[in-house]
Amino acid sequence: MAALLSLRDLRVAFDGVATLRGLSLDIAPGEALGMVGESGCGKSITWLAALGLLPRKARVEGSARIGGTELIGAPPALLDDIRGGRIGMIFQDPASALNPVLRIGRQLAEALRLHQGLTGEAARAEAKRLLDIVGIPDAARRLNAYPHELSGGQNQRVMIAMALAGNPDLLIADEPTTALDATIQVQILDLLGQLRRERNMALVLISHDLGLVAEHCDRVAVMYAGQIVEEAPSDDLFARPLHPYAEGLLRALPRLTGPRQPLDPIPGTVPDMRALPPGCAFGPRCPRRINACRSTQPRLREAGRGRRVNCLNDTASPAASGTSGRMTGDAA
Amino acid sequence: MLRFLSLRLGRAALTIVLVVTFAFVVLRLSGDPAMLIMGAEASPEAIAAFRASWGLDEPIWVQYFAYFGALAQGDLGMSMRDGRPALDMVLDRVPATLALTVPALLIKIGLGIPAGIYAALHRDSAIDRAVMVLAIAGFTVPSFVLSLLLVLLFAVKLGWLPSGGNQTLLHAVLPVLTLGIGGAAILARFTRSAMLEVLNQPYVRTASAKGVPWRRVVVGHVLPNAMIPTVTIIGFMVGNLIAGAVVVESVFSWPGIGRMLVTAVANRDLAVVQTILLLVAATMVAANLIVDLLYGVLDPRLRQAPAARGGH
Repeated sequence: MAALLSLRDLRVAFDGVATLRGLSLDIAPGEALGMVGESGCGKSITWLAALGLLPRKARVEGSARIGGTELIGAPPALLDDIRGGRIGMIFQDPASALNPVLRIGRQLAEALRLHQGLTGEAARAEAKRLLDIVGIPDAARRLNAYPHELSGGQNQRVMIAMALAGNPDLLIADEPTTALDATIQVQILDLLGQLRRERNMALVLISHDLGLVAEHCDRVAVMYAGQIVEEAPSDDLFARPLHPYAEGLLRALPRLTGPRQPLDPIPGTVPDMRALPPGCAFGPRCPRRINACRSTQPRLREAGRGRRVNCLNDTASPAASGTSGRMTGDAA
Repeated sequence: MLRFLSLRLGRAALTIVLVVTFAFVVLRLSGDPAMLIMGAEASPEAIAAFRASWGLDEPIWVQYFAYFGALAQGDLGMSMRDGRPALDMVLDRVPATLALTVPALLIKIGLGIPAGIYAALHRDSAIDRAVMVLAIAGFTVPSFVLSLLLVLLFAVKLGWLPSGGNQTLLHAVLPVLTLGIGGAAILARFTRSAMLEVLNQPYVRTASAKGVPWRRVVVGHVLPNAMIPTVTIIGFMVGNLIAGAVVVESVFSWPGIGRMLVTAVANRDLAVVQTILLLVAATMVAANLIVDLLYGVLDPRLRQAPAARGGH
């Protein structure tokens, strides 16, 4: 299937420090892609860069195309049509992501006017319908509320409703539940999944929580130090991670079954982006480091069906491992 | 709302009473008006008679209650110098002062706010730096220095404008500029930092992310939030409409309230000084009250707070 959106060698630098180091990614219509990594790994920057939402001092290179339209360096008017139109975005802290001095209804109506040309009563009716869709009770009255009068979960629902106002083909959810209670988290993620299926809308779920992403996404891209280190269908990644970093992330997850075991953290810390090691950025923390890792930067390479990995060590590919036969058999 | 209002009004009244009390006590402790007004050669009998006629021989607390008793009936006392009602004398001067401070306020707002907004939106540009250098200069240079500089330039050197007096409209130009430039500088700095604060808020990014064109983001999302702290400063400037020109009026021999205050203090013309201070306190307090109410209009988060607090 043709990709809905393609990122090619996307790079971002702030004051000469590279924060995103050449990211390529395709998103198919209607698919749910998770992006995981520690804070600062570039998962949010990727989308802010693609949508032209980074501050002016950020230098953005590469390509981000949606339906043949190039977004990088596009004129503001074009970007304004895409933003909230073809691509919706919701953010981490819904309480501060909504304007505190404007009523909910007005913030929704603004998006509806921009992308559907609705004004007055028509906009209000549609805003109410959107609030109904995202499960806000008593929607008509809530239109007159200010963000501080709603709970965090309700504000995030308002954010989702606002993102839906333009009927986007792609919704980018940047840590949408990090600021919310656990029970509300589940509700919001279920809502996002349901909306995605109903509207055949692609979803990018950005999170530092691998478990959450694997549960709600078809495919996962694991990021480290401004690059994708592994990309795989969620089930495959969980069954057998190829990149040592992805493996480390999985091992650091607590297990819900079996005896209690101490968590197994990845040794070391995230590298300083101003002083990355000359070879692989993960090298210094890597249990499977080989000599080449010190001097050669790995490149993302194919590693079986729908899988890509960014590692020099061959053991990080199905062909070289013991289970390779089964894996290649599946791929054939 | 009613509770909020009455609480604020009560506090406003208390502020005024405290200011008047303070002025009353300090003035009576700091010198004897009888000596000053009658002159050094006056006989002790004449001075005693003067003191008796103005009630200055009474204990201070008797004078104090007498003053407040009269105040309650709207009587602010007579000037010891002119023998006219102090209130009339003071009110006569109000228009002259407002003729300086109101245009100056318009300059402050009309120059300071746009400059601050522009500087914030073009942060670190050459214009931003220029605005900030001017703003720092504008508010670190005291008004008497600035006024002397302007006089030197426009009156002495260029000869375009008069250096003092109030005969024509041209006479108002330099004092108005002096007041306006300093205030505009303060407002520009304040507006800029309020704007920068708001520009970094996540909801500004949200507005851009939903496709709002940048100009509308600024007008519709940034300004309404950035104006909330700026209103505080403007409110303070409005409160200063009466008292804000003391120095400038003296430098430019402008016959307003400020110069009257300086003269009245020097002469220990008690009723006049107290009347001016009362008027100044009342304008300040009124401006503060308006700012408090405006906060509620500008920021819905504050609208409920007093009611919620008043609930128990």
